[in-house]
Amino acid sequence: MNDGPGMSLIVRMVSRWLLGFVFVYGLGVALFGHLTPGGGFVGGVVVACALVMSILAFGGKQGPGAFLARAVTTLDAAGALMFLALALFGYVAGCFFTNWIARGEPATFGSTWFVILMNVAILVKVGAGAFAGFLAIVAFGHILDAEEGRP
Amino acid sequence: MVHLAPLFVAIPLGAAFLSLLVKAVAPRVAGILSVAAAAALLFLAVVALLGVDSGATAAGGWGAVSEGGVVFLGGIVVVLDGLSRLFLITVAVVASAVVVYGVKYMAPYTGKPLYHSLLWLMIAGMNGVVISGDLFNLYVFLEIGGIASYSLVAFGTKGEEVEASFKYLVLGCVASAAILIAIALTYSATGALNMADVAAAVAAGKVPDAALFFVSALFLAGFGLKAAMMPFHAWLPDAHPSAPAPISAMLSGLLIKTLGIYAIVRIFFSVLGVGWHAQVLLLAFGSISMVGGVFLALGQDDFKRLLAYHSISQMGFVFVALGVNTTLGLVAGLFHAVNHALFKSALFLSSGSLERITGTRKLSEMGGLVRRAPMTSLATIGAALSISGIPPFNGFWSKLLIIVALVSGGHHAVAGIAGLTALMTLMSFIKVQRKALFGALPERLAGVREVSAVMFVPVLALALLCLATGILWPLGLSDLLDRAAAAAGSVGDYMGLVTGGR
Repeated sequence: MNDGPGMSLIVRMVSRWLLGFVFVYGLGVALFGHLTPGGGFVGGVVVACALVMSILAFGGKQGPGAFLARAVTTLDAAGALMFLALALFGYVAGCFFTNWIARGEPATFGSTWFVILMNVAILVKVGAGAFAGFLAIVAFGHILDAEEGRP
Repeated sequence: MVHLAPLFVAIPLGAAFLSLLVKAVAPRVAGILSVAAAAALLFLAVVALLGVDSGATAAGGWGAVSEGGVVFLGGIVVVLDGLSRLFLITVAVVASAVVVYGVKYMAPYTGKPLYHSLLWLMIAGMNGVVISGDLFNLYVFLEIGGIASYSLVAFGTKGEEVEASFKYLVLGCVASAAILIAIALTYSATGALNMADVAAAVAAGKVPDAALFFVSALFLAGFGLKAAMMPFHAWLPDAHPSAPAPISAMLSGLLIKTLGIYAIVRIFFSVLGVGWHAQVLLLAFGSISMVGGVFLALGQDDFKRLLAYHSISQMGFVFVALGVNTTLGLVAGLFHAVNHALFKSALFLSSGSLERITGTRKLSEMGGLVRRAPMTSLATIGAALSISGIPPFNGFWSKLLIIVALVSGGHHAVAGIAGLTALMTLMSFIKVQRKALFGALPERLAGVREVSAVMFVPVLALALLCLATGILWPLGLSDLLDRAAAAAGSVGDYMGLVTGGR
């Protein structure tokens, strides 16, 4: 049943249905991290898992994983820079890392946009970082295969 | 100024991530970005050095928090005092020279943005260790600096480099584990991670002697491994020569000092207090490092490996000076640590230049280079005179101070060993000069030329600084060192500094 790159038709079909849910779940865990268990790191790992699933199911030429694989270093650096910028903007309020964004109503979404923005930055950083780790291991496997003459 | 202290970590981190960001668009910009960040860091370090206000600031503007009548500091505490100033300016000066040198030296390598990124992550780690006010953040920054350096040692990706990196990684992880266990035990014994609170708990006698003894042993082993103290030195002679020359200069010049010496001084002198056991161990291991390092260096033909063994030997000088446990010993040890940062980074950079010129690191295959590469040779000679302890270079003063401190502390045998080691160091560097710089020029090297100005100017600047600190030390520099030693040497002052705002 294996026609084309990636895994069999069944796996690709199931992955196509699941991918969106996993993505949204990761985003949700990160965005609601200031209210519920979770946060940027956990959300980032879930998003990275979705990307890994995409690569496993569709191969390295198509799908969202393959699309983002090219930009993974840039995204990783951008997430870290966003976090650093948020900390640096704290100087507006007088101190490194100070919350300078007005706080909202407690226990509702958006009670603190500062933490939400930080969680988004961590989501991008961790998602890209964990995915980059996976890609590096895959690439290393290919190099070893080539060196030892395996197909 | 104190509230700007987090910038010492933020600027290097920004440079590290921006280098990665420009990787896709314009890889050449990474070099310019690096130099700009180095200039900013140097400026900030000079401003911090000129300022006299010491104090602590908590990231996020958390000040003191009161709970149930107990007042404690919230947030991530950042401390700027005499000791951190001394190390911040040393890191900034050496890192600037290395960054400028690296722009040209790294030209043949691929993946330059990655090199810049890792280099700046390493600097962020070192600065973070120096300004951190609590034990756990010190550990986190130590790991940032450490992991960046493991990768940088393997940057050439040749077999021996990867092997050296792996060895360094394994031993570095053992050290980190020891440090983490020590931090965990300290936390369980005192209920605090903030170094000032830990110091207060230890001073109040809340920590049992057995726990203090065990924690001290773990800290000494962990940081001693990071500083390449002799029984824990095995990684250094492989790791330091394997890295590209600018990284060797960073590792040998700065990393073993900020992650090793600074942490030992801060934790033993400002927090836990130097017990007799720590004193004996510092004196004993320091003596072994001095003699062992220099004897291993004498037989080396590989220039960079020779320098790496000398790093172990010179760190031994710092350890015995700290082991005296007097203000004079502390001043002498800190002075020698700063001097070693200057001359050893100059020597490692010039070893890189000589390798680029001659295509070899073997001293026996060099010769007569003083005529073909006058500027690099001049810088090498200056730094070599400094490490051998020839007056008026800075190495002479700090070694003299160390021997005076040892004699006045009553450790005559160790003082004798230090004198002998200084002599052996001189012999070793006479050999280097004779083999590499003077003598007959081998036929193979008849057509070689001096490296470009971008490469010899930073090395010359470092060599000149060796001379300048040697001459200026009696004039004004001693004040800086005295302030650093005073800041480090008094447990009460450090507590007052951090908790003064309560």
